[in-house]
Amino acid sequence: MSADLSLRLDAVTVDFPVYGADARSLKNNLLRKGTGGLIGRGTDNRLSVRALEDVTLAFERGARVGLVGANGAGKTTLLRVLAGVYEPTGGRVRRRGRVASLFDVSLGMEPDATGYENIVIRGVLLGHPPARVRERMDEIAAFTGLGDYLAMPVHTYSTGMALRLAFAVCTCIAPEILLMDEWIGVGDAAFIEKAGRRMEEFVDSAGLLVLASHNPALLERVCATGVLLDAGRVKASGPIGDVLRRYEERDV
Amino acid sequence: MQTARADADIRPGGSPGAAPPSAPPPGVSRTALALDDVAEGARAFHLWGLLGWQDIRRRYRRSKLGPFWLTISMGVLVGTLGVLYASLFNLEIANYLPFVAVGFIVWGLISGLIADGCETFIGAEGIVKQVNLPLSVHVYRAVWRNLIVFAHNAIIYVVVAVLFAIWPGWAGLLALPGLALLCLNGVWVGLLLGLVSARFRDISQIVVSIVQVSFFLTPIIWTPELLSGRSSVLGVDPSLVLDVNPFFHLVEVVRAPLLGQAPALLSWYAVLGVAGGGWLATLVMYRRYRGRIAYWV
Repeated sequence: MSADLSLRLDAVTVDFPVYGADARSLKNNLLRKGTGGLIGRGTDNRLSVRALEDVTLAFERGARVGLVGANGAGKTTLLRVLAGVYEPTGGRVRRRGRVASLFDVSLGMEPDATGYENIVIRGVLLGHPPARVRERMDEIAAFTGLGDYLAMPVHTYSTGMALRLAFAVCTCIAPEILLMDEWIGVGDAAFIEKAGRRMEEFVDSAGLLVLASHNPALLERVCATGVLLDAGRVKASGPIGDVLRRYEERDV
Repeated sequence: MQTARADADIRPGGSPGAAPPSAPPPGVSRTALALDDVAEGARAFHLWGLLGWQDIRRRYRRSKLGPFWLTISMGVLVGTLGVLYASLFNLEIANYLPFVAVGFIVWGLISGLIADGCETFIGAEGIVKQVNLPLSVHVYRAVWRNLIVFAHNAIIYVVVAVLFAIWPGWAGLLALPGLALLCLNGVWVGLLLGLVSARFRDISQIVVSIVQVSFFLTPIIWTPELLSGRSSVLGVDPSLVLDVNPFFHLVEVVRAPLLGQAPALLSWYAVLGVAGGGWLATLVMYRRYRGRIAYWV
């Protein structure tokens, strides 16, 4: 592991181009509503959505960060910037450490392939050589708790079962930076419990976790720091309890 | 090529469509990032190898014959066309049928590379938006997938070669560099078309029609010899259709060796020229817009 695991954002701004949207239909919508980012108009009359504006954040090894905010506040965009998927339109991102992200359960899922095959595909997509994924197969299989279902095609799985598989692959092969989006709601209580424990173990082993969720109990349990996003801006950051309170006070 | 505008890139209410991606960190040029992406992607062969196979398996998972269905349908096409057109054109079937067979197999690879090129990034949206992988991985995956299909179709060549007692001899080995050049061209085509059609979704329609027209302009079902001695049409020498048609040269560098002839020097130069020009144009575009692809898909 590298000694200086970190994620830094300096004045990061992300503008989304909006293509294929009829400009006129959004005319009355130029001002921000309760949800969503700022919808602006570029100089060449193209629509754009400012998903993140002037976001400056720095996280070090051992940080456990919870992202909160309304739908469309920019949580997913922020996670994608942190993962290096989106190059910001402005500002700078510096990332030290290997990232494992769990944004969408269906990443790389082959519905007709078995659970085992999908574990390999997903592991490889997260940057691991197939051999290393196969070495860890038993451990991953055990964590999913899916048993014989792993030999079945994934299209027979429920969303929650697919989530178990995705989560197991993501966390079983030593990630350094773990980025997770608000998917966890589909897991059952037992799984959320298990996943919460796994994330605690992960941060205890000095990883870096950023978790976006609407589940205050989970956030309070796993995270230490909170970041409240509103319309693409950081509204508050600090101890998770305080941030959650701020979020709940806001009339949503 | 340093960009000296590291932090000065925050434009209030800017237009992201036309805006260049944010400047890379100081000390890293955008050209280096683009080249890195292409090289890193190539090194991740365990990834595109697996995904390419997976593409093939997905298509044929529940069928007994799998990708050999492609081979069979192309075999039937080549067999019927070969017999019919040999008599229409009044050509010796022992020469014509192998020509058509190899032509179709190679054209299948070329048109597959181009058609899949348009889908490179759009088709990989889920991955592009979630994992920070070199984007070129998706191109290598498509090229690899097309090579697998090509290998299945190559069986037709073997059958035809046995039936008509064709032994390409040493010239046959030239098919390997020819194939390598096709793949080299396939990679830039995938990067460039993938990028452009991620932004402009109608590109793939245009490309499909261009490929279709090119198929008829390229000697695949008709032979180059049929052109020789024809009088000019509207003041244009018909043999120009061969010389200035890049598709003819692309087909020729693989087809000629497999039929036991060395391709003309002009064909090698043309294919190399297409590769050089194509890569140059691709790198210019890729350098500038690579960072926008995730937003476009």
